[in-house]
Amino acid sequence: MDPSLSPPATEPAPPVPLREIFFTFLLIGATSFGGGVVAYLRNALVLSKRWLDEDEFLTVLEIAQALPGLNATNMSVIVGDRLRGPLGAAAGLLGMTLPGGLLVLGLAVLYAQNHGNPDMHKVLAGIGAASVGLLLAVTVQIGHKQLEHLREIGLIVLTIALVSGFHPSLVIVLLIVLPLALFIYRPRLALPDDGKSPPPEDAP
Amino acid sequence: MNDTDLSILGVFSLLSVLAIGGGTAVLPEMKMLTVEVHHWLTDSQFRDVYSLGQVAPGPNMLMVIVIGYHVAGFTGALLAFGGFFLPASVIAIGASRLWNRFEGSVWREALQRALAPIVVGLMGAGLIAIARTAIVGVETSLIAAAVFGLVYFGPRINPALLILAGGAVGFFTLS
Repeated sequence: MDPSLSPPATEPAPPVPLREIFFTFLLIGATSFGGGVVAYLRNALVLSKRWLDEDEFLTVLEIAQALPGLNATNMSVIVGDRLRGPLGAAAGLLGMTLPGGLLVLGLAVLYAQNHGNPDMHKVLAGIGAASVGLLLAVTVQIGHKQLEHLREIGLIVLTIALVSGFHPSLVIVLLIVLPLALFIYRPRLALPDDGKSPPPEDAP
Repeated sequence: MNDTDLSILGVFSLLSVLAIGGGTAVLPEMKMLTVEVHHWLTDSQFRDVYSLGQVAPGPNMLMVIVIGYHVAGFTGALLAFGGFFLPASVIAIGASRLWNRFEGSVWREALQRALAPIVVGLMGAGLIAIARTAIVGVETSLIAAAVFGLVYFGPRINPALLILAGGAVGFFTLS
């Protein structure tokens, strides 16, 4: 049924222990500073552990990106589930989030204790400003591929304008832009023509 | 669980299922719900919380833990964490198991192409939301511009170092 799951020449591998899933993602979660978690994941899952080949890794990344949630945690959940089912997913998610989560919790306690400390606010203001610069660079890097066609630019501008200009709920924004984008990119040749629908205007 | 605990769980569960293309997409909604609707944070506290989340390794939205702790202590931290990560994870398991069934489906491809510009737009809107509170004068503008220039045009530097450098520059230059 599923060709991707049956490599012909290998003997059936024993199940991966849950603690190995947990510690693998714990290491990624503890060392992936400064974004770019995908590169760390690829190193660990494809090169070091060989739990996925390159194609499987790209498929999992594709799924993680198409779904709500963060790429890093979605991937830890999906890979954990493929290795050991829901328990594996839980082990992956916990490993991925525990180091950073505990550090952030410690920082939250310190933040509450130093409420009103001007030095702390200066440092955080500097970090916030630096983060804006980083986020801008990442957004431009991801977005510049999209900026070649008018309809992509239109969708990007419409989404930004709706969210930033009118402050509606994100639910409403998605209910407007997602159907519109699906209509724009709808499959062209899939449906049998009943003779009534107009021909596509932008056929080459 | 009291009403505040339930609100934390509700807010972050909603954000979890709306986070299309990553956490940045829900920053405007998170700011609106936590600052304007529930008054859990002030504008500048939201900036502080975002900054705290930036220095941690791993996924970049662990700031939800700080918000939860700020509102309702350790219970709040746990509820914000669970609310933000569990719903998306359950969806991920289900979708990943179904994914191969739609192999080659024209609608799967259409959905992926449709999401790409929306994700960029939502990232842009998230950027604007955080810039509105984090860029407050000449110094912060210069810090942001310098980091952008270094990441976009400069040599490969771990962005975490730039974030920490931004904190140091802020300590010495901001008043």
